[in-house]
Amino acid sequence: MAVDSGAPKESFRLGMLLYDTRYRSYTIQIFALLLLMLAAAWLVDNTVRNLAALGKTFSFQFLWATSGYDISQRPIAYDSTYTHGRAAIVGLLNTLILAIMSCVTATVLGVIAGVLRLSNNWIVARLMTVYIETFRNVPVLIWIIVVMAIMTESMPAPSAFRGADATASMLVWDSVAITNRGVYVPAILFNTDLGQTLGLSVEASAWNWVFILVVLLASFWANARLLRHATAVQNATGVRPKTWWKSLLILIAPTVVLLLALGFHLEYPELRGFNFAGGFYMRNSLIAMWIGLSIYTGAFIAENVRAGIMAISRGQTEAAYALGLQPGKTMRLVILPQALRVIVPPLISQYLNITKNTSLGLAVGYMDLRSTLGGITINQTGRELEGMLLLMLIYLVVSLIISGGMNIYNNRVKLKER
Amino acid sequence: MANRNASYVRTQMLAPQSPPTSQIGAIRWMRENLFDGWISTVLTVLSILAIGALVSGLWPWLSNSIWNARNLTHCREILAGEPGACWAVINDRWLQLFFGFYPSDLYWRPVLAFVLLFVAIAPVLFPSVPRKVLAFSLAYPFLGVWLLWGGSVWGVTVAAAGFGVGYLALRLTRSAGTLVSTLAAIIAPVLWWLFLAVPVSGFLSGFAPLAIRSVPSREFGGFLISIVIGVSGIVLSLPLGVLLALGRRSSMPLIKSISVVFIEFVRGVPLITLLFTASLLLNYFLPPGTNFDLILRVIIMVTLFAAAYMAEVIRGGLAALPRGQFEAADALGLDYWKAQRLIIMPQALKISIPGIVNTFIGLFKDTTLVVFIGILDPIGLASAIRANSDWQGIYWELFLFIGAVFFIFCFGMSRYSMHLERRLKTDHR
Repeated sequence: MAVDSGAPKESFRLGMLLYDTRYRSYTIQIFALLLLMLAAAWLVDNTVRNLAALGKTFSFQFLWATSGYDISQRPIAYDSTYTHGRAAIVGLLNTLILAIMSCVTATVLGVIAGVLRLSNNWIVARLMTVYIETFRNVPVLIWIIVVMAIMTESMPAPSAFRGADATASMLVWDSVAITNRGVYVPAILFNTDLGQTLGLSVEASAWNWVFILVVLLASFWANARLLRHATAVQNATGVRPKTWWKSLLILIAPTVVLLLALGFHLEYPELRGFNFAGGFYMRNSLIAMWIGLSIYTGAFIAENVRAGIMAISRGQTEAAYALGLQPGKTMRLVILPQALRVIVPPLISQYLNITKNTSLGLAVGYMDLRSTLGGITINQTGRELEGMLLLMLIYLVVSLIISGGMNIYNNRVKLKER
Repeated sequence: MANRNASYVRTQMLAPQSPPTSQIGAIRWMRENLFDGWISTVLTVLSILAIGALVSGLWPWLSNSIWNARNLTHCREILAGEPGACWAVINDRWLQLFFGFYPSDLYWRPVLAFVLLFVAIAPVLFPSVPRKVLAFSLAYPFLGVWLLWGGSVWGVTVAAAGFGVGYLALRLTRSAGTLVSTLAAIIAPVLWWLFLAVPVSGFLSGFAPLAIRSVPSREFGGFLISIVIGVSGIVLSLPLGVLLALGRRSSMPLIKSISVVFIEFVRGVPLITLLFTASLLLNYFLPPGTNFDLILRVIIMVTLFAAAYMAEVIRGGLAALPRGQFEAADALGLDYWKAQRLIIMPQALKISIPGIVNTFIGLFKDTTLVVFIGILDPIGLASAIRANSDWQGIYWELFLFIGAVFFIFCFGMSRYSMHLERRLKTDHR
């Protein structure tokens, strides 16, 4: 007895493609698809004709050709006899190193400035407001160039460190030298090379760090297990077992043992001849990019942190006090988890901005991905099209990985609403 | 009652005592705001030390400013070894920093365009300005382009007439239905610009040659170029951003995926790679032999870049709007565009004002990146000035000046957005 109670059946007319909302969206989409395909065909056709006119082919073979240029900062083995592809990897590593360093310092700076801007202390709050507004409202490129100028123009030359009447001196118990050629800090060296001992690969020197990282991560994981166990015991018995010394042991001991086993020692920079030798040499370009990006993005992060803290209503603090929580626990258990939900998404988009802004390295000669693959390689091989496409693709992948991480976090902390 | 008249009971009220000195005036304020606990005290002392170090470092340099000197050597002679700022470089080159290599006898044109810009945006900025000025705002883009680049008045007039053609097409085909008339309003002006504009303007120029001296793009520079790129990017990216945001929320899967891919692609790559695409690769993508203005290419790229960010900001505003607003618009029987125009967008845009202005500020600051593709913006000019033997070795004065100008623009924009937020606030919380 099913009776069709829907709209009366109409026979299909051509006009309905335009005026019936049920079909109109199909018309629009097919039209858009046609336009898109036409535009794509037009672009591809133009590109093919332009390439033919220039006598070029579309190929990525150049990545396997000898690069013939040097890169000043090399996290992995590289010289001018390596390939363009290898140069691009070195550039990518430089980009990532700079991005991670800047993210860490910008976060530290931003959190401190954001919290202090909310402080009751009048002078500190004003000072932080001045810092934030000054750095937010002036282009980052200017800050990078200014830091570069400070490093090259205002810092003492290595020769100023020499002799009895030296005009400059090294900092932190004679371990750090800031010169106009760059900053020298103690280098971390190992006596044994785990990679070589185990015969792992050519990039032997990096393996020590990989092992240390693995051990550290394992310690953190074990510590998390321990804490979870303690919470379980507390839930069951009401008494929380003492864990601090176990935590400390788990977190520190394995890494220290590994470091000792590897023969960890520091190598201090020393003045030899006209320059410093030994230690770890950070070029001015790295310092300028690092400091410039950190202070600029730090100002933005400070605003995010401030907004996050202010978004938590005062009632939350009062409720926590009413429950008898101490101020420290109130912050840790009530305020921070809620504030982080507000702070983390914009924080991660600031990390994205830092990663993309590393491409400004060109201004101070920092050899990042854009300067290697997107700069010298393109100029030498004349492969603008392939080089730029690859460059954009790599940046896109890095960005998508970071924002993918943000989405995972967002979904985890999202308020479960109905 | 008995001891009412006891001699030891006071019969008169005492005047209230003044509070202890530690609880009033500056002392109390300092106790509360500067020395409230030891952490606060330490912070105060550290801040004062930092400010002291900054002032004592900068004061001798600033107080010995030299405003008139022929070159840096002359400046140093006047200073005779003392530390001092040599602002003479700004005095000497400020016109160049603002106008680049724009012909100096035509400086009045960019200045007039800049002043008229404020007239044009006045009705947007201030509600008290009469609405009739909006007609001028609509005409301004063409007037501004004509003033800056010069050339025949007919070129811009014919270009502007394209919009008139579109409006005419919309009116004439109205009886054929919304979709047809919308299409006609899009296609007619495109046909006009592609096929008729050049002959018509040529004919009109032959008929009445009204032209001012034309200035090629390569003579633009300094803050002029930053403002030209920034303002055009701001004006063009907002409507494009709105469209992209609507596209991303569209129920049509194809439109939605096109918008998502565009937005995520542009947001995932640095602006500098897009600028390099504009300067290096556009020749590959356009028909062989096409060559158009570098500044125009940069404006297009900057607009696309900002539009993607704008779209995300506006999407946030749309998402923050209660669902009831969409449903109410539907219930009133408004069609899609009417609902967007009258109900959704006014509210969504209001919510997203801070984000929109932040995007504007970001865009204006990002115009400095054009220095990498060889356009002489203020930073490029600073290097050019330093390359001159007169001012070789001068850094801080130039950076301070350029930074201060950027600061004034960006800070002004952010303060205005705060003001706008307060003005448009309609909730009664």
